[in-house]
This record gives sequence, C-alpha cells and structure tokens, in this order.
Amino acid sequence: MLSVCDAFLTFNPGTPLAVPALRGVDLDVEEGQFVTVIGTNGAGKSTLLSAIAGDVRLDKGGIYIDGQEVTNWRTEQRASMIGRVFQEPRAGTCSGLTVEENLALAASRGSRRSLRNALGRGGQRRRLADQLSRLDMGMEDRLGAMAGTLSGGQRQALSLLMATLLPMKILILDEHTAALDPGAAATVLDLSAEITGEQKLTTLMVTHSMRNSLDYGDRTIMMNGGRILLDVHGDARKGYDVPDLLDLFKKTTGTEVEDDQLILS
Amino acid sequence: MSALAVAGAIEAGLLFSLVALGVYLSFRVLNFPDLTVDGSFPLGAAATAVAIIHGVNPFLATVIGTFAGCCAGFVSAFLNVRFRILNLLAGILTMVALYSINLRVMGRPNISLYGENTIFTAFEGVIDLGIWTTSAILLVFAIAMKLLVDWFLGTQVGLALRASGENPAMARAQSVSNGRMTIIGMSVSNALVGLAGSLFAQSQGVADVSLGIGTIVTGLAALIIGETLLGSTKVFWATLGCLIGALLYRLFIAAALSAGFLGIQAQDLNLVTAVVVAIAVILSQARRNSRFKFWPKMRSLLMDTQPQKG
Repeated sequence: MLSVCDAFLTFNPGTPLAVPALRGVDLDVEEGQFVTVIGTNGAGKSTLLSAIAGDVRLDKGGIYIDGQEVTNWRTEQRASMIGRVFQEPRAGTCSGLTVEENLALAASRGSRRSLRNALGRGGQRRRLADQLSRLDMGMEDRLGAMAGTLSGGQRQALSLLMATLLPMKILILDEHTAALDPGAAATVLDLSAEITGEQKLTTLMVTHSMRNSLDYGDRTIMMNGGRILLDVHGDARKGYDVPDLLDLFKKTTGTEVEDDQLILS
Repeated sequence: MSALAVAGAIEAGLLFSLVALGVYLSFRVLNFPDLTVDGSFPLGAAATAVAIIHGVNPFLATVIGTFAGCCAGFVSAFLNVRFRILNLLAGILTMVALYSINLRVMGRPNISLYGENTIFTAFEGVIDLGIWTTSAILLVFAIAMKLLVDWFLGTQVGLALRASGENPAMARAQSVSNGRMTIIGMSVSNALVGLAGSLFAQSQGVADVSLGIGTIVTGLAALIIGETLLGSTKVFWATLGCLIGALLYRLFIAAALSAGFLGIQAQDLNLVTAVVVAIAVILSQARRNSRFKFWPKMRSLLMDTQPQKG
C-alpha cells in the first residue's frame, strides 16, 4: 500500500545549519497494517510522515502509494489518498469555521469543489451528527459552534473524524495526542484504534510513548538518526516490552536512550 | 447638516461598503493585505466612464468596470502565487502600475459623465425619490453584494477559501490549493472594488485618476468599525458590519465636516481616515493583548491621578 524507497532528506543543505533528517529510509507497509513509529527527538519520525504527506520533498528516493509514484506530488494532490491528524489540535481544524463547516470541508476532499452550498440539507446534517455522536464527545449538539470554542480533545477527535470521513489509502497520525491532557489523550487514542480497526485503515502513527507504540497497532518501527533502527511485527512483537525496546536501542546504537519522556510514558 | 449632505454621505457610505466587502475578503478571509484596491477602484471608474462615453449600455459598462477590477486582483494574486512576490508588495506593484494604466484607459486625467446615460439615469424613470434616488439604487447594490458574498463564502469553494486564509496547512491536507484560492479570492475582492469605482463614477458623474487615493484606508475603516460593532466571527454579521461600518463612517465624516468640528475641511479627509483607522486598530489590539493596558493608562493620564498606595 505504501512504499518508501531509499529516502534521503537534508534540511538547509550546504549550510552550517545542515541537518540530515532522513538517511536512507526503506519502508513497506501492507494494506490494513497499523504501524507505530517511535524514536527520540530528531530521529526523523515526523520528517518521514511529512515526506509521505507531501509537506517536504525528498532529496533522493521515492514514495509510492498503492503502486502510484507520488514523490513529486504536492500535498493537496496527495490529500485524496491521505487522511491526516496533526500534533497541534489547532492545526487540523479551522477555528473560524463551525464544526459542521469543518466536516463539510473534509467531505469534499479530493473532489472538485463547486459553487454548490457546502452545507447540505437535513439529511447530510443528520449523518454528520450521527458520526459525531459516535465520538461520544458531546459534539453532535454543537454542529453550529465554532471549532475554536472546542476543547483540545474535542478538536483532535473532530480532526480524526475529518481525516477518516472519506475512503483513503493511508491515515497519518503525527503525535496526535501529545498536546492533550492524559484523559483526553487516552480517549482520542482509543477512538483512533477503534476507527482504524473498523475501517481496516492502513495507518502510520508517530508516538512519543514506548508503551503506546507496543499497545497499539500491529507493527512497531523505531527510528534513530534518520534511519529505521528496529522493525518488529507479528509474533515477535508480542514478546516485546518497553525494557526490551530500551535494550535493543542500547545494543544497536551503543548509547542509552536519553529522552526521558520515551522511557517514562 | 442639510438633507443633501446626509444623502451624499449615505451614497458615499453605500459605495464604500462595496469596497469594505472587498477588503473583508482580502484582508480578513484570505489574510492577504491587498493594496491593489487603491488602483482597482479608479480602474473600475475609468473603464466604465470610457465605455459610457463611447455609447456602451450603462449596465454593460458597469460589468466592464467590475471585470477590470477583477483582472487587477488577478494580477496581484498571480504575482504573489506564481512568482512568490510578498503579498503586500504584489499589491503595491499592481497599484502603481494601475495609475499609468488608468491614464491610458481614459486618455486624460478625468472624464465627465455629465449628461451621459448611466444606470442611475436609467432607473430615474422607474423610481423617483428625489435626492434619495441614488441612495436607494446603491442600497439595492450594496445589499445584493452583501448577500452574494454571504452565499459565496457558504459554497464549497467559499469554505475552501476561508480555510485557506485561516489555516493553509490544514487546507492543503484537505486537498485545497492555496494558490488557486488566493487567485479566486483576490479576483472576487477586486471585482467588488471595481464595481464600487464604476458606480462611483456614474453616481458622481466623474472618473478621475486620483480617485483611488485612500480607498483602502476608508475600506479598512468601515471594516473595522463594523467588526467592532457586530463582531467578526460569523460571515453574515461581518458582511453586514461592512455595510453599517461604511455608512456610519461616512455619516460621521459628513457631520464632522458640516459642524466644522476641529476645523476639519474636505482636504483633511484622508488624514482623519488614517487617524481613525490607527486608533481603531490600536484599540482592537489593546483588547486582545491583555498585557497592553490601554484604558488604565489613558485614564490615569486623563484624570491625572496617582496610583493609590495600599
């Protein structure tokens, strides 16, 4: 479903500030697979996701979605294939649009937008309200409220619904619970697992928590220094626990994991 | 203030409400500080005036003026989107170029439409409200354009436009091309301004190359007054605010002029406009930024009181 081949990317190339963010990443994700991506700060997790979404272009290498090469496609061209939830709750929704308008915008993703009224008649509104009530966040009665008035958890849940409203090839979750309080984070995470399981979505989720990276999904990738360090799935993954990941990290890199957040959470 | 002065102020207010609607689209919805307006307003006037003195039907001439404004907006947006020229500079470049273009279009610095057929003379046979006739016709235009903008921003394209202005990254992720939205929005915005210029020339009976100076500031003043009074979150109220803001602003100016308030004369208009906009912007920032306590400072200055010691 998704192939990243020999991906290289350096930010600010040729300057003293040059940062090699991806240094030869190869990744093949099968249809319906839920991959969690973990790594220290600067490991290249978010860069990899941004490259797949189209926000940054690779210096070298290729990206294929469902057999189609998209390496040089712009973000908006890929958007019909990719659903996306951002880290920052404010980033994935529009504060100045109502809940219903945000959903209507997502409902026309990938199709040519016309001068038809974006908000459909009663039928569409009821369908959206039904979808919202499934989130169980009390948003079904707030279709007309500005998204800016929602809580962080509500906005991420709305973002998630917007991302998964239409059929797509890949769902990208970029630390989408990192900015939430623990309660809301757990709710949104469970919601993500529920929706991806139900619709059998091919998913890439970056997380900062080793615990979550093993508890959710069916494949775990650990990145370090712009490369994929560790890739566990299937039966092998069932035997893994957080200390095993830490050990493996130490064995492969020769250093301890220094990112406290990775260990503690 | 005489009835004639009031009628004049209302006419000007209604004309500038169209400019305010355009400025709302560019400055607020698209987040594009567009200075093309100072050029597209006289361009609309010039194109319409030239068409009319060549015997073109006034309604068609109005459409021509509107379309001319639309093209000006397109050029600014294209410079910004295609060649990545800073949005502010793109607008200024178009505005400067339009000064020469307007002179070329008219062939001279001004054209009088006195005695020519305009859409106002066309309507005079139908409705006759004395000195209020022009205001009535302009009111129809202003309300129609307000409703048109409301409708437009509620369509699928309109939603994409609003998202693109407010959150470009999110818009891209929803398959919105931000560049295309900038071009569409700027074209519509300046079409409204061109229409305002066209109606200005026809109602005042003259198109002048220096007509545009300060148009943007007046439009902004109307927009900000409207936002202060009616809020800016819902499109319906924001566009209504453009109408009411422009009317109030022109009535206030007319009152100040006729009362000889502070000795203000007609030539001081742009200065007064700039000062009003500056104060309005400062106040709206002060309200948003709680660390900048404007009123307590002002109060202590005005009342000359020392902070009380506890």
